[in-house]
Amino acid sequence: MAELNTGGKKSTPRVDMTPMVDLMFLLVTFFILTTSISTPQAMDIAKPDKNEKLPENRLELKASKTMTILLGKKDKVAWYMGVAGTSAPTIESVSAVGDAIVKNRKTADASGVPGDFVVLVKPTSGSTFQNFVDMMDELEILKVKVRQIDDDNILDNEKQAMKEQGIL
Amino acid sequence: MPRIKVKRTSTVTDMTAMCDVASLLLTFFILTATARQPEPLAVSTPSSTYEFKVPAENNAILTIGQGKVFFEVAGIKVRARTLELMGEQYGVKFTPDEIKRFSVISTFGVPFASLKGFIAMSGTDRMKPGVQRGIPTDSTDNQLNSWVLQARTATKEVNNQDMRVSIKGDAKEEYPVVKKIIDVLQKQSVNKFLLVTNAEAKKN
Repeated sequence: MAELNTGGKKSTPRVDMTPMVDLMFLLVTFFILTTSISTPQAMDIAKPDKNEKLPENRLELKASKTMTILLGKKDKVAWYMGVAGTSAPTIESVSAVGDAIVKNRKTADASGVPGDFVVLVKPTSGSTFQNFVDMMDELEILKVKVRQIDDDNILDNEKQAMKEQGIL
Repeated sequence: MPRIKVKRTSTVTDMTAMCDVASLLLTFFILTATARQPEPLAVSTPSSTYEFKVPAENNAILTIGQGKVFFEVAGIKVRARTLELMGEQYGVKFTPDEIKRFSVISTFGVPFASLKGFIAMSGTDRMKPGVQRGIPTDSTDNQLNSWVLQARTATKEVNNQDMRVSIKGDAKEEYPVVKKIIDVLQKQSVNKFLLVTNAEAKKN
């Protein structure tokens, strides 16, 4: 029979701590990362004041420098330049409208008319909150300085054009 | 010349000290981290590239999802004062114990009439489905308007700073629901908002 080697060298009671240290640092890293990331980001927006009695609340816009973007159903937008009804709105998806903004801004800047390029965002009843945030984000990325949100004055011809395209 | 004997040292280092430090750090982080409050209304916020942190103080968060709106104001003292002011407005008296209990509730969505019962509930009962049905925003009984107004007053009184309003909307929420809430705020001449979003990597 094999005998248990009890009288031999006594093994030291040392434990290998390496895996434990690994685990500890993993947890530490996890806590550091989660605590700093968990604070959500926010988007700063301003809407025009509703008080119509104040004359300074009315803003004059130049037709050649104003782009109106209507947010509609199915993540689609309808945009046009200048005054409503003069040209048929172009229908595009929310993600693709950035190129149109860049193009229109170039044309507007080249026209020589003084004033800033203005984007008017009109979210309609068909759009989602996501569409709205995406649109405002796109304008921020493209550094469009003058942007207005208008969800009260959706004109009849705008509604008509959107209905024809099936996005309202 | 005598040969120099190179002494071989063992590569095994004592990890105990390192382990101590790591666990100390771990304990520190666990204790300092603020526990995430359970949310009665889970929303998935849209993402944006904005880099602006939601302020931890002087802030009210309106959570919008499933057509309902929930309210939260930051700061325990501000919450207590807000409830007192709301009680004065609606002619309801709250006991100091109720105010204390209310001040630790973060997000809630119950009509003011059932608020007393809601405060008396236990934390788990509050989270049960059907208990919190949102704050009424009808034009006849616009309680959200009162909450925001009293929270602004309370923030001004307690912190002497202006309160910001953050809107935490669900990405799938239809715009008219959000518009309705924004209109309530604009009636009070609150024209600047923060939209709570998820961080997204910047393009280009």
